[in-house]
Amino acid sequence: MLILHCPYCGIHADETELAPGGEAHIRRAGPGSDDTEFENYMFARKNPKGVHFERWRHVHGCGKWFHAARATDTLEVFGTYPAQTTEPPEEILAHIRKRRPDWKGFQG
Amino acid sequence: MSTRHPALGRLIDRSAPLEFTFNGARLRGFAGDTLASALLANGQMLLGRSYKYHRPRGPVAAGPEEPNALVGLGTGAGFEPNQRATTTELFAGLTASSQNHWPSLEFDIGAVNQALTAFFPAGFYYKTFMFPRAAWEKLFEPVIRRAAGLGRPPRQSDPDDYEHFHIHVDVLVVGGGVSGLTAALAAGSTGARVLLIEQTAHWGGRAPVDDAEIDGQPAEGWISAALKELAQMENVTLRTRMMGAGVYDHGYALAYERLTDHAPDMPGPRHRLWRIRAGRIINAAGAIERPLPFAGNDIPGVMLAGAVRDYLLNWGVSIGDRTVIVTNNDDAYRTAIALHDAGLIVPAIIDARTDADSPLIAAARERGIRVERGRAIARVDGGKRVRGVTLCLHAGEGAPLGHIPCDAVAMSGGWSPVVHLWSHCGGKLRWDAEQALFRPDPARPPLGADGSGFVISAGTANGHLDTASALDDAFDAGRRAALELGHKDKGKGGKAPTAAPEEHAPVQPVWMMPQGAGAHLQEKAFLDYQNDVKVSDVRLAAQEGYESVEHTKRYTTLGMASDQGKLSNINGLAVLADSLGREIPQVGTTTFRPPWQPISFGAIAGMNRGPLFQPLRKTPIHDWLAENGAHWEPVGGWRRPYCLRRAGESVEQAVTREILNTRRNVGLLDASTLGKIIVKGRDAARFMDMLYTNMMSTLKVGRCRYGLMCNENGFLFDDGVVVRLSDDTFLCHTTSGGADHVHAWMEEWLQTEWWDWQVFVANVTEQFGQIAVVGPNARKLLADMGTDLDLSAEALPFMGWAEGNIAGIPARIYRISFSGELSFEVAMPASRALEFWRAALEAGKSHGVQPYGTEALHVMRAEKGFIMVGDETDGTVIPQDLNLGWAVSRKKPDFLGKRGMERPHMQSDDRKQLVGLLTENPDDVLPTGAHAVEGGRRENGMENMIGHVTSSYFSPTLGHSIAMALIRGGNRRMGDTLTFPLEGGRVIRARVVEPVFYDKEGERQNV
Repeated sequence: MLILHCPYCGIHADETELAPGGEAHIRRAGPGSDDTEFENYMFARKNPKGVHFERWRHVHGCGKWFHAARATDTLEVFGTYPAQTTEPPEEILAHIRKRRPDWKGFQG
Repeated sequence: MSTRHPALGRLIDRSAPLEFTFNGARLRGFAGDTLASALLANGQMLLGRSYKYHRPRGPVAAGPEEPNALVGLGTGAGFEPNQRATTTELFAGLTASSQNHWPSLEFDIGAVNQALTAFFPAGFYYKTFMFPRAAWEKLFEPVIRRAAGLGRPPRQSDPDDYEHFHIHVDVLVVGGGVSGLTAALAAGSTGARVLLIEQTAHWGGRAPVDDAEIDGQPAEGWISAALKELAQMENVTLRTRMMGAGVYDHGYALAYERLTDHAPDMPGPRHRLWRIRAGRIINAAGAIERPLPFAGNDIPGVMLAGAVRDYLLNWGVSIGDRTVIVTNNDDAYRTAIALHDAGLIVPAIIDARTDADSPLIAAARERGIRVERGRAIARVDGGKRVRGVTLCLHAGEGAPLGHIPCDAVAMSGGWSPVVHLWSHCGGKLRWDAEQALFRPDPARPPLGADGSGFVISAGTANGHLDTASALDDAFDAGRRAALELGHKDKGKGGKAPTAAPEEHAPVQPVWMMPQGAGAHLQEKAFLDYQNDVKVSDVRLAAQEGYESVEHTKRYTTLGMASDQGKLSNINGLAVLADSLGREIPQVGTTTFRPPWQPISFGAIAGMNRGPLFQPLRKTPIHDWLAENGAHWEPVGGWRRPYCLRRAGESVEQAVTREILNTRRNVGLLDASTLGKIIVKGRDAARFMDMLYTNMMSTLKVGRCRYGLMCNENGFLFDDGVVVRLSDDTFLCHTTSGGADHVHAWMEEWLQTEWWDWQVFVANVTEQFGQIAVVGPNARKLLADMGTDLDLSAEALPFMGWAEGNIAGIPARIYRISFSGELSFEVAMPASRALEFWRAALEAGKSHGVQPYGTEALHVMRAEKGFIMVGDETDGTVIPQDLNLGWAVSRKKPDFLGKRGMERPHMQSDDRKQLVGLLTENPDDVLPTGAHAVEGGRRENGMENMIGHVTSSYFSPTLGHSIAMALIRGGNRRMGDTLTFPLEGGRVIRARVVEPVFYDKEGERQNV
């Protein structure tokens, strides 16, 4: 039962208000993409023990999609940010590096 | 015999006697009794039979850790099995019954299992019942189910009320003993919002029974002063009869409040599940005593030493006249002293330690109690009741050194902190070898959202077994919790309560008594009472290669009963460690999972049952339909009428009548459940071209087009008619069950992929009523309702739409058809829909109008070969499989699913394709889901399947059965006859045909 901060309506939302949407920052592979690109887009998902970027929707709230940077092993939340971006904001990355000096960095 | 002591019992009110019944016998107890204490006071030691061997069992504990004293409570609808007598408060009229015996508690046939002990070793289920497979279902399982198991479930639905309660607090303190009270005082004095909960009806925990002195006064006085102080703090909430059940991520906790279990006539809900979000959770849940594994340690009358003391001092119940104490630590001496001081006889204290000395031991000796050091119990003598114990050397293998007659045994194997709430969410433990216990490792707490620990263990639950250090620890815990949340020390209550330091002789770990006991003694030494797991079972598991404590648990069922191994886990893993020649911390514990004690299903459900289980969506016509014979079926969150039955009519007759009338005259369908989503904005057309497989940007204002939506795999998931309302506005009709999903799908793409596109979407499903007027007389009916619209085929052709007034009601009218008939779907404001419905029925009288339901709709669409999402699709079907390739654009550079459809497998001719089926016997209706088989058998013996029936009906219009099926390479199979084997050896054969059965040219709808 996580609590995540919704960057749109500004509230700390209980997990019951949220719907998970899997890994964030997946690049869509449409017509013209080769099989590997399409396979990666459709099926290849990271499952790290540690820092992870996820999509969530505040479905029983404002209805907006947002992203969360989170540790899958400790459930620490490094930050949440709007979904209208192709990569995590620098301030979130800086915070993760501070909390996890060994982290290898964001790989899109 | 256990009996009521003449004087003692701090919790009972002797002026308030209560009557209750056990197995039909009327018994008497007092207000303040638990069911267990009242039964023991009446000499009822035997309370049930064990799970596997049906051994006679009585209570072994006095609290929630009790494994044996499970009874059925109540009668009829209020009956509940497997309730703990030790946590059930007595009330007048309580009805209890023992369980797991036949024919009676005293004489039980199943007890022959005891004689077969050798045949029920660890893992016996796995070993015995491997083959043949069929025997499981027919023989083994029914026999085991009858012989094993505990209480029987109630047969009627639960008549009681339950509720959930949500609360946010700064600090949740679990446990109302002196540690919990101290922690709450420390946290509360900072102004933090504190919730302090206690699972029993009483504050103070074991301190009064342990004869503790706090701040220079007896524990009871200190407890009432502390409660008074807490009651004055407005920021502190106190709750008894409320159990901390579980701790979950990010400070979420569940607590279970039993409101009326002790007073069934009290109004209000029976149980309340508190859903708590806390900044910090303090686990002050105390400790539980461990049994000692010796032969016969399950005979009724063998009890934990702390429980013997509890029964005597709390409820004035003496367990026996002569109680032998057996221990490896000092605490049991308190029981010896309490029994002696109450005038009862303690023939001996058998202490496994050879050289222990301490003030408590001295105090026992001063009373003239015989202390046998370095000794052990070789075995307990007795059957349904203790008759005596045989003494031996603890260091030896059990050679008898003498016999001590007694009628009770009080045992103590040391105390284990209740670490459950610490561990539920990942808090780690460390082994404290000096005290022989697992305790929370403060360096590895469960972590919250900010990465810091959010559970703090306090007092005994943190491994501080003596009062003085427990109070110090609890005070620190309460203060730290508040300060970590940003509250400030206000200088009030600034120091921990004090207690005199205690001097203890160290505990000596004992995992088998005597330590060198042979197999014949291990076989009678129980670790898990409820599941009948003995020392010998764990040793056997170790010999057979089980090294992981989690595997051993499942193999032997150690700790898997409803008490979840509260008494057995530590002893069991210690025996395993010993058998494997490892250290205890190397073996580790099994996972602690919530709830700490069982909670009722009612509390979990709360108010979410019956009509409140799921909100029911109702169309504007719902009530009219209900009053006019609706035979309901659930569709999404809605109820839709399957058909509308007339008096004396069967469901089948009604469906047939509705179909024929619609095809001959005119029918009315409440289509309001159909999803309606507005897509609007500068980029609406561009967005629509991405959503649908066909081209929507070319759709002209005033026209409708059938469209398909696929996911990125190319699989069809929704369909419906798209209406172009204006240049930048589309109305998307979706399936009734799919509207919410389609709306969410649109939002997801707009928010997360094409966020620069100027499009808004709005789900207006419930804003509009939608009524289909269907059949040859549809146009005449609408004209008779009075309209300013030109409904002629020229002005409003098939797949056109118009806006105007009908019967004075503003309406959009779409010429679309899901039946193949002349059809107008009319949308109007939801508030006017019922008015429209009534007006249509009135105007339609002379045209033979009749309403129809969903089954008629289904049959008519199948007659026309129209697909139904969810019937013809199953999440693996692409439009081309359904002969809908015409609706997949080849011109558009991109749409959702396009890339997925380009994969070779999607292009294959050998995919399952939609065909029609005509059965050889036109009266045979194929069951939906029937498989077509062909080409012999597969390796596993199953016949080779080439497809399945997706829709199948008897068509009243055509007078024969019709079906659709997805058949491998179906388009090449026209005219072939396929075989459909059914249950019971019956076979139906059917010919493959085009899936359009009626009016192939579409002349009826296009008039």
